[in-house]
Amino acid sequence: MSEKGTLQELTNAKEKWTKGTVEKALSKYKERKEEFVTSSGIPITRLGTPLDLQEVDYLDNLGFPGEYPFTRGVQPTMYRGRLWTMRQYAGFATAEESNKRYRYLLEQGQTGLSVAFDLPTQIGYDSDEPIAQGEIGKVGVAIDSLADMEVLFHEIPLDKVSTSMTINSTAAILLAMYVVVAEKQGVSLELLRGTIQNDILKEYSARGTYIFPPSPSMRLITNIFEFCAGNVPQWNTISISGYHIREAGSTAVQEVAFTLADGIAYVEAAMKAGMDVDNFAGRLSFFFNAHNDLFEEVAKFRAARKVWAKIMKERFGAKKPRSWMLRFHTQTAGSTLTAQQPDNNVVRVAMQTLAAVLGGTQSLHTNSREEALALPSEESVRIALRTQQIVAYESGVPETVDPLAGSYYVENLTLEVEKRVWEYIKKIDAMGGAVKAIEQGYIQKEIADSSYAYQKEIEAGQRIVVGLNKFQVEEQSLQGLLQVDPAVGETQIKRLQELKKSRDNLAVQNKLADLQQAAQGNDNLMPYILDAVRLYATEGEICNVLRDVFGEYRPVEIL
Amino acid sequence: MELVQQARKGNRRALARLITLAENEATEAVEALQELYAYTGKAQVIGITGPPGSGKSTLTDKLVKELRKENKKIGIIAVDPTSPFTGGAILGDRIRMSDLCLDEDVYIRSMSTRGSLGGLSAATGAAIKILDACGFEYIFIETVGVGQSEVDIVKMADTTIVVMVPGLGDDIQAIKAGILEIGDLFVVNKADREGAHRVASELQMMLEINSEKVQWQPPVLMSIAHQNKNILEIVQEIKKHHSYLQESGQLVVKRRARIKNEVLEFVSKKIYQQIVDKVEQKGMLEKYLDKLLKKETNPYAVAKIILEKE
Amino acid sequence: MAESRIRVLVAKPGLDGHDRGAKVIARALRDAGMEVIYTGLRQTPEQIVAAAIQEDVNVVAMSLLSGAHNHLFPKVVELLKEKDAADILVIGGGVIPENDIPFLKEKGIADIFTPGTPTKKVVEYIRNNVEL
Repeated sequence: MSEKGTLQELTNAKEKWTKGTVEKALSKYKERKEEFVTSSGIPITRLGTPLDLQEVDYLDNLGFPGEYPFTRGVQPTMYRGRLWTMRQYAGFATAEESNKRYRYLLEQGQTGLSVAFDLPTQIGYDSDEPIAQGEIGKVGVAIDSLADMEVLFHEIPLDKVSTSMTINSTAAILLAMYVVVAEKQGVSLELLRGTIQNDILKEYSARGTYIFPPSPSMRLITNIFEFCAGNVPQWNTISISGYHIREAGSTAVQEVAFTLADGIAYVEAAMKAGMDVDNFAGRLSFFFNAHNDLFEEVAKFRAARKVWAKIMKERFGAKKPRSWMLRFHTQTAGSTLTAQQPDNNVVRVAMQTLAAVLGGTQSLHTNSREEALALPSEESVRIALRTQQIVAYESGVPETVDPLAGSYYVENLTLEVEKRVWEYIKKIDAMGGAVKAIEQGYIQKEIADSSYAYQKEIEAGQRIVVGLNKFQVEEQSLQGLLQVDPAVGETQIKRLQELKKSRDNLAVQNKLADLQQAAQGNDNLMPYILDAVRLYATEGEICNVLRDVFGEYRPVEIL
Repeated sequence: MELVQQARKGNRRALARLITLAENEATEAVEALQELYAYTGKAQVIGITGPPGSGKSTLTDKLVKELRKENKKIGIIAVDPTSPFTGGAILGDRIRMSDLCLDEDVYIRSMSTRGSLGGLSAATGAAIKILDACGFEYIFIETVGVGQSEVDIVKMADTTIVVMVPGLGDDIQAIKAGILEIGDLFVVNKADREGAHRVASELQMMLEINSEKVQWQPPVLMSIAHQNKNILEIVQEIKKHHSYLQESGQLVVKRRARIKNEVLEFVSKKIYQQIVDKVEQKGMLEKYLDKLLKKETNPYAVAKIILEKE
Repeated sequence: MAESRIRVLVAKPGLDGHDRGAKVIARALRDAGMEVIYTGLRQTPEQIVAAAIQEDVNVVAMSLLSGAHNHLFPKVVELLKEKDAADILVIGGGVIPENDIPFLKEKGIADIFTPGTPTKKVVEYIRNNVEL
C-alpha cells in the first residue's frame, strides 16, 4: 500500500488529528457510546485510514473475483454477468396451495423455487402420527408421499426451474421424490438443478429437526453426495448453514466459524467414505444470514470465502478451483424483524438485502413484513420480492464487483473477522471437530451465551430496536395474516388413508424390508429409497425403518 | 395428615407437594416427616455422582429402565447447583430421562442445592424419606460432583456410584483421594472415547492400593450409556453391593450412623437457630461490633460471653 | 435458611426446534431467583403435565414458534385440569398472532407474551401471579 516513510507521516498526522480536532469536538459533546463494537465484539474504529491496511496485501488477501482466494467474489463478473437468484422460501398447508404460490411467484419474476416443508415432514412423521397433530401444513407444505410431491410440482417444468428444498434429516427421501417426479415428467436427471439443505450438524446445534444420531446421519449425507455425483451432476448436495446458527443468537464471527467447522466435518466424512474431494466439493454450497450491521455482514461474507478457499486448497488438497469456491444463498435475518410496527420490517429487509448483495451472494430470500407473527400473505411476499428487484435494477449496486473493497474500514473488518474465525476453528479442531464439539455442548453453549447477552443489551437499552425499545407507538393488531386452515390436517390424513388402499402394499413392504437390510450394511441407500418412493411408500414408513436401524438422536442441552 | 395419606395411596401431586414443603422447611413438613418415618427403610438408595459431562443422567435413565423390567417403583432425585448470585437455578437433568416421564411407577424430581455445599440440598434427605415411605423401592440420587465436595451423597446413599469419563482434562489428577473413598462402584462412561481403558486401569490401580482397608472391593466398570452398553452389568454390581451390605451387617451400621448424624444435625440446627435468633433479637452481638473493630476485644471472648449468657 | 422459590417448567411442546426464546427465558427466570426446569424439545402435552406435577411447579411456560399453539396449549391446560392441577399458572410465548390470544385465554392460558416482550415483564407477571 504506502511506503514506510509516508506511513509514519500518516501515523503522526492521525495522532495530531485525534489529540487536536477530535478532542475539541469531544469536549463539546461526547460520542454516543462508551464503546462501539460489532455484534461479534469487534471494536469499531472511529475512522478507517490506510494505517488499517498494513496487513492487507492486495494480491494475497483480496485477489480477483473468480480466482483464489475469492475474497472479492466467486464469479469474475458477478452481477454484471448474472444477477443473484431471487429465491423466496415458500410453502404451507397442502401441496395444491403451495403449488399455487409457487406459480404466482414464478409469474412475478422469481427465478428459482424454494420449498418449505412442515415440521412432521422435516422430522419424518406422516400426517396421521399423533405427534403431528396441530403441526400439519403450519410452517411449510405437508408431504407424506410421492403423490403429494407430484401435486407440488404440477405444471412446473423441472428442467427449467431450479429448486431448493429446505430439508435435512429426511433429505434423501425428498430428493428421491423430486427425482421420481422428474422421471415422470420425462426430464433427464442431468438437467436437474437445485439444492437440498441436508445439513444435519446445525440441526443438532441450532435448528432442532434431527432424527438420527450423527454417525448414520453422516452416512446418509455422504450417500447423497455419491449418488448425485454420479446421477444428478448439477445438483447442490448440501447447503451448509449458518443462517440458523445466527438466528439462534450467535454473533457474525460464530456464524461463519461454526458453519465452516461443520463444512470441514462433512468434507472429512465424505473423504473417509472414499470419495475424491474434487468429485463432490464443487457441489457443496452454503447458506448465510444477512443481519443488521451492514459492514460487518459484508466483511463476514468476504472473510468466509477467503477462509473456506484456504481450507479446501491447503487442508484438503483440492485441486479444482471449483472446489475452493464458497457459493452461498442468503436469507435476511428473521429474528431482527419486530411484531411492533411491522411496516418497519420492510426497511430492515431492504438494508439486509443490500448487505447480502454487497457481500456477493449467489441467491437471496427476503423476509416479509409480518414474519414475526405469521407466514406471509401474497401482498407481503410480493413486496419482499420487489425489494430484491429494486436493489437489482434501481440501486446501481450490482453494476460493479465488490464495491466496498478498498474501504479502510471494511478491509480491516474483513481481516478481523477472518482472524477470529480461525481462532474458533482451531478451538473446535482441538476438541476433535464439529461433531465432538456438538456432543460436548460447546457450540450450543456459545450460541446460548451470545443470545442471552444480546437480549440483556436490548433490555438494558444498550441495543436499540426501533419500535420495540425506542420510538414505540400504541400498537394496532395486524389484520389479514395468513392462517393455515386446520382442516389441512384432516385432508392429509384422508389422503394417506386413500393412498394406502390404492397402492401395492405387499410390494411396499418388500422394498422397506430391502431398505432395512441395506441400512444395516454399508450400501448406498439412495437406490433403495428411490425404489420405496416409486411404490408410494410414505416418508414416515421409510423413516421408521431407518429409526429402527439407526436409533434416534438424544440432544445435549447445556443451558 | 391428609397429604401424607394421599401420597402413600399413590397420588403423585400430593407426593410432589410434600417434597416442596420439605424444601421450603414449612412447619407441616416436620409433621409429615414424623408421620412418614415409620414407613421408611425399605428403599435402596443409590447415589450417582461425577463431573459434568460424564453422562450421569443418561446412565441413570438406562439403569432405571433396566430395573423397571423387574416392575419396581423407582424414584429419581436430580440435584443441580443453585446460582450463588441470584439464588435461582436451571435444572435440566430431566431432559435425558424424558422417556421415563410417562411411566406411572417412576417419579423424577429436580432439586437445586439452595445454598447447601456438599452437592445435595438440605431437603434431599427428606425427599428420600418421602419417596421411601410412598413405596418407591429404588431411589436414585444424581448430583454433580467435582471431586472435592460431594461428601453428602455418601451420607444419604447405600450404594454410591462414581461416574468418570475419559478426556475431561487431566485424568490422573481427577482421581483424587476423595473420590476413591466414596465410591462403592466406579463407572467409566463414554468408554468408546480415547483414553477410557487408561482411566479404568489407573482407577483400578489406585483402588488396589487402598484394598487392605476395605472389605468391599469397588469394581471398575466401563459403559457407553447412550448405547445401553454394559448397563446390565452395572445393575448386577449394584445388587451385589446391596447383598454385601446386608450380609456383612454394614447396611445396619451405615443406617445407624446416618440416623445418628441426622438427629444430631437436626438438633444442632435447632440450637444454632435458637441462639442466633436470640442474639439477633437482643442485639447482643451488635453492641460488641464496634469494640471488635477497634480491637478492644476479640471474637473468642465475645463468643464466650454470649454462650455464658445462654 | 430455605426460602420458598418459585418453580417454573419451561417447555417446548410439539415439533418446533427453535429454542432460543425458551433458553433466554430460562436464564432470565434463573437470574430472577426462580428454579427453572427445562424440558428440552419435542414434548407432548402428556409429558409436560407429568413433569409439571412431579416437579410441583407454580408455572408452566410454553414456547412455540410453529403455529401449533391453538392445538397444543389448550391440550396442556385440559390435562392439568384432569390431573387436579388446574391451579398451576399456564403462560405461553412465541410466534402467536394477537388474534389468537382471546381464544387461548378462554381456554385457560393466563397470558401470552408475544415477540419483543422484555423478559422483565415475564418475571414480573410471574411474581405478581404466583402465591407461594
